[in-house]
Amino acid sequence: MTETGYASARETTEGKVFTVTGGDWEDVLAGHDPVSDERIVVNLGPQHPSTHGVLRLVLELEGETVKEARLVVGYLHTGIEKNLEYRNWTQGTTFVTRMDYLSPMFNETAYCLGVERLLGIEDQIPDRATVIRVLMMELNRIASHLVWLATTGLELGALSMMLYGFREREFLLDIFELVSGTRMNHAYIRPGGLAQDMPDEAVRRIREFLAFMPTRLHEYENLLSGQPIWMQRTQGVAVLDVTGCLALGVTGPVLRSAGLVWDLRKQMPYCGYETYEFDVPIRDTADVWGRYEVRLDEMRESMKIVEQCLDRLRPGPVMVADKKIAWPAQLAIGVDGMGNSLEHVAKIMGQSMEALIHHFKLVTEGFRVPPGQVYVGIESPRGELGVHVVSDGGTRPYRVHYRDPSFVNLQAIPAIAEGGLLADVIAGGASLDPVMGGCDR
Amino acid sequence: MSEPTPVPGQPAGASIGAPAEFPPASPAGRGMFGVAGTGDTSGFGGLTRRHPALLDTPRPYGEYFDEVVDALAEAFPGFQDAIERVVVDRGELTLHIKPERIADVCQSLRDDEALRFELCSSVSGVDYLGDPEGRRLHVVYQLTSLTYRRRLRLEAAVTAEDPHLPSVSRIYPTADWQEREAYDMFGVVFDGHPNLTRILMPDDWEGFPQRKDYPLGGVPIEYKGVEIPPPDERRSYQ
Repeated sequence: MTETGYASARETTEGKVFTVTGGDWEDVLAGHDPVSDERIVVNLGPQHPSTHGVLRLVLELEGETVKEARLVVGYLHTGIEKNLEYRNWTQGTTFVTRMDYLSPMFNETAYCLGVERLLGIEDQIPDRATVIRVLMMELNRIASHLVWLATTGLELGALSMMLYGFREREFLLDIFELVSGTRMNHAYIRPGGLAQDMPDEAVRRIREFLAFMPTRLHEYENLLSGQPIWMQRTQGVAVLDVTGCLALGVTGPVLRSAGLVWDLRKQMPYCGYETYEFDVPIRDTADVWGRYEVRLDEMRESMKIVEQCLDRLRPGPVMVADKKIAWPAQLAIGVDGMGNSLEHVAKIMGQSMEALIHHFKLVTEGFRVPPGQVYVGIESPRGELGVHVVSDGGTRPYRVHYRDPSFVNLQAIPAIAEGGLLADVIAGGASLDPVMGGCDR
Repeated sequence: MSEPTPVPGQPAGASIGAPAEFPPASPAGRGMFGVAGTGDTSGFGGLTRRHPALLDTPRPYGEYFDEVVDALAEAFPGFQDAIERVVVDRGELTLHIKPERIADVCQSLRDDEALRFELCSSVSGVDYLGDPEGRRLHVVYQLTSLTYRRRLRLEAAVTAEDPHLPSVSRIYPTADWQEREAYDMFGVVFDGHPNLTRILMPDDWEGFPQRKDYPLGGVPIEYKGVEIPPPDERRSYQ
């Protein structure tokens, strides 16, 4: 053992402990006696590129076989649910969008659907707002799956996939920026509708995206599907059947890769999904390969929905007519970035004192939501995203709980990893597509 | 002369939709500012928060709710004894269950052919501080039936002094982490849970952060030793 520098070792009551920093495996091996110590415990993470963020895996290994896997989460806990209780209902979207940062549109929509159901204004949401919500969610689903494809490619040794995946996602983020003003953390979907209307330019950009994306997807499929390494790393790896999925609460592409057609967009539709034409792709292999194929197909289905959304876009309001709820500011992107539209500022500052008072009241105090509780579940890229919203009749949420699919799905890692090889822990964990921001909230 | 302030050109992006004037407001928004009588519109005039009354919903419940309740009454022998209240609100069914019977009820809900709530979507807590009976900590279970495409909410209330109820992780393994989170945040103890430890907060954390009486920290600022008060003590609208 070395005295200084790499792989320092110390004796503890539980045995010898090494601190590995990378590139120093020789030292660890030299200090490890394979005859007396058959089992070693490896802490994978919390800082490790393969775990999609700050996730810590405690693995008990015998050789390369994982005997026991335990997960430690909570490193990214930011108390968003508690914070929401001290902000008004509209400010809530600004918080929830930061939970699962790869699917912000879903977090916002689920929250807003909950607030709208509590307010009893579900059927007053303008059509244009609902269509744009669906449009944004489906684009977001493609973006999220692209990140999954990119990072999983990276983890399984297909580095070029990482570059391509992020390149295409960047195009989508530009569209989001054009529409909402920000690439991520949009706070675009608000209780009652949307923060602002979509510019016409965005429609052109989305059409451009729809034109080139099918070819690109085909290229990625060509790049990965026939490749022997990719096949060996994914086929028959991290198997979890339907029974296992349901017992562990796993939903989304993982459940569909096991062969069960369960997609809340079809089974318990919201936002008018029952009027769109699309298929729910499934596989029956229940392994990483199946999840990869399901996600590829889902991107294609999402593009179908996006196309239908564009055809349905009709000019109209994007916020409920009820002025006691509708955000008073009409936001617009001007030459100096996004802000209140000049028309609106001119009106409240120059013409109508009442409009100014109303604006002030609604922005500082917010609206009241009748007491009660609701649960809304929507199909996020990772499975069922559920929001339990409780109101006590005040201007702020009494309690908001997010049933985040990353949090629930991660529980499946011991079930899919124990008894397998160490390398398959990475493939299996990646196939669940966990996002720690959502998991730890 | 009160000419309207000239607007320097149409802002880009606001060309379609979002008209400034809509038809008159609907009844849903009436009284949202909560002002009645005094004419005080500041919101600081001692307005108190209302607490939702928990009332039994009379039959018929509508939708599939009657069917679910009847099926549960048939499948679960101690139904009358275990169910405290049935509430249907905003198209959602909530069964308030005696905390000690929660696991038995879940077992029937999962296994009975007419119920088949295979998936426990969510387990979380709500702290109704100031509950007249003292049973302020509520554990809320969202169950989903994939067979019948139905949802159901169970709610069990315990006191903060004796926050015990049986764990459902034996019936729904997915409740494992979610119960740990409810323990972590609310201090509800799920008896029979295999490993009830903190999950999101550090292991040595003291107190249960999501409880409504959990002390919040203020922010010290470098100005004459002043401290910005914690959020629940700031001047705010009620």
